[in-house]
Amino acid sequence: MRVLIIAEQDGQSVKVATLHTITAGLAISTDLDVVICGHNIDSLASNIAQTKGVKKVIQIDGLALSHQIAEAYEKAILTIASEYTHILAPATTFGKNLLPRIAAKLDVMQISDVIKVASPTVFERPIYAGNVLMTVESQDKQQVMTVRPTAFDKADMGGSANIEKRAFTDKITTSSFIKLEESKSERPELASARIVVSGGRGVGSKENFHIIDELADSLGAAVGASRAAVDAGYVPNDYQVGQTGKVVAPELYIAVGISGAIQHLAGMKESKTIIAINKDPDAPIFQIADYGFVGDLFEVVPQLTQSFKK
Amino acid sequence: MKVLVAVKRVVDYNVKVRVKSDGSDVDIVNVKMSMNPFDEIAVEEAVRLKEKGTINEIVAVSLGSKAAQDTLRQALALGADRAIHIESEESPESLTVAKALKHVVSEEKPDLVILGKQAIDDDCNQVGQMLAALLDWPQGTFISALDLVGDKVKVAREIDGGLEEIELTLPAIITTDLRLNTPRYATLPNIMKAKQKPLSQISLDSIGIDSKRHLKVVKVSEPPLRQGGKKVSDISEIVEQIRRVI
Repeated sequence: MRVLIIAEQDGQSVKVATLHTITAGLAISTDLDVVICGHNIDSLASNIAQTKGVKKVIQIDGLALSHQIAEAYEKAILTIASEYTHILAPATTFGKNLLPRIAAKLDVMQISDVIKVASPTVFERPIYAGNVLMTVESQDKQQVMTVRPTAFDKADMGGSANIEKRAFTDKITTSSFIKLEESKSERPELASARIVVSGGRGVGSKENFHIIDELADSLGAAVGASRAAVDAGYVPNDYQVGQTGKVVAPELYIAVGISGAIQHLAGMKESKTIIAINKDPDAPIFQIADYGFVGDLFEVVPQLTQSFKK
Repeated sequence: MKVLVAVKRVVDYNVKVRVKSDGSDVDIVNVKMSMNPFDEIAVEEAVRLKEKGTINEIVAVSLGSKAAQDTLRQALALGADRAIHIESEESPESLTVAKALKHVVSEEKPDLVILGKQAIDDDCNQVGQMLAALLDWPQGTFISALDLVGDKVKVAREIDGGLEEIELTLPAIITTDLRLNTPRYATLPNIMKAKQKPLSQISLDSIGIDSKRHLKVVKVSEPPLRQGGKKVSDISEIVEQIRRVI
C-alpha cells in the first residue's frame, strides 16, 4: 500500500487541512508521500517535508499551476497517480474541486468527506447533512477520497522527508484565472479555530453584526454565520457554517441568533461545547446546546464582550 | 446555444431521515421527495439565460427509477424545453451518473452543462467534476455568478478564502452554489403545459453503461446523540463556561 496526500497551499503557506489529511493517511499506511503543486513553491515544499511520517515530498512546479485550476492540477497529479493505492485530499473547496476529476480519470469512485478509517478499504462518511453515517467498502483498485479535516488530528512536525522536484510544462488553454477576492481577516481561520462565534438571522442587519465581531475579538475567536445571515448579506459567503458551507469542530461554538436548522447543525454539531443565545425558547439549537441562554442577544452579547475585554 | 441541466430527485430538505432498524439503508418509504435544491438553482439559471436570449434550448436530464420523471416534469414546468430520463436503479453512484451524462452530452452536444454542486442526500459533490474530466472540458464549480459572452463563460466561484473569478472556454461544465439565484415557483398553467412537453426515455443498459457499484455499503447508522443541553438563566454561568475554554 502506498498513500499519496495532495497538499493544499495558497501561495503563502501550506494549508493546515493538509496536516489533518496526513493523519488520516497514516491510519491507512505509513508508506506515505505528499505531492505539492504550484509555481515557485520551494519553501512550501520544505515546510511540508518537516511533517512527521512523510516519506517523500513530490514538488511539481509549473506556470500552469500558479493558480488552483483543476484541469492543470488533474494533469499534474495523474503523472504520478498510478504509483499509489490511496490518494487523499482535504475536503475543502480545493479538494472537492479537484479530486473527483482524478477519480473519474482513474475510473474509480471517490469517497467524499471521510471521517473514519476502519481499514485500508473501509471508511465512514456522513450523508443526509450528517444525520446518517454510512460505512462503505471500496471495491476499486485504488481508493480516492477527500478527508474531513476536523475528524482527524493535525500531524506533528519533526520529520525530514526528501524532496523530489518535477517540472510541469503543459499549458491549459480552456480555463484561466482572473482574480481572487480574498476575505481578509486578522482572526483565526474559521475551519481550525479553537473558538467560533457565529451569528444568524437574529442579528438583524449587516451593521448589527459588529456585536458578533466584538465578542469574537474579545475571545480571540473566529467568526461564522448561518446561511440566513449570509443570504441576507450580513457577512461574506465563506463565513457560512453548515452542510453546504464549512464544517467546524472547535472546542467552543457560540451560536447567536441562530435557530439551528438541520443544515446548520451539520456544520457544527461535533463542537466540544456549544453555547446558544436565542430569544426563542423553542429554537432547535437548544436541543443540542450544552448551555442555552434564552434572551435578547443585543443585551447579552455586549455584556459578554465586556466581561472578556481586557 | 444549448444548455443541458442535470436534476436529481432526493428526499425533501426539511425531512429528517431515519435509518432502517437492520442498519442496511436509510428508510425513505413514504417520505416527501423533491428536486435537489442545488438543481433547482441550475434549472433557474438556464431559464434566465434563455430569457436573456443567450441560449435557445434547455434539455433537462435525470437518472433514476421511474419516479425521476416527476422531477423532470418539474424542470419542464420551470422552463426546460424537453427532458431525457435515463432509467436506472434508485440512486446510482456519481461515476455512473457522470458516464451516463457523458453519453447524453455526446448525443446532444450542448455548449454548457449546469449541475448542482452536490445532492443533499449523498452529499458527494462529485458528478460535475467527474463529467468534466470524462469529457476533458473545463469546470467552474460552486459558482455564485455567471457571465456568458461569445464562446467564453466567466464565473465567480465560492471558495474557502473568498471569491475566485475564472474564465472558461465553451463547452464547459458549471456547478451551482446556493447564492447563484433564487429559483422561481412553477405556476399552474406552466405545470399543465409541462405535461405536453417531450420526455424521452432510455435505459443505462441500452447505452452500454456498466452500473456495477464501486462502493459496497457495509452499514448505515445514526450518529451518536448529543447530550441534551441545559438552559441557564444567569449570564454569569455562560461567562463561566466560556472562561473554561479561553
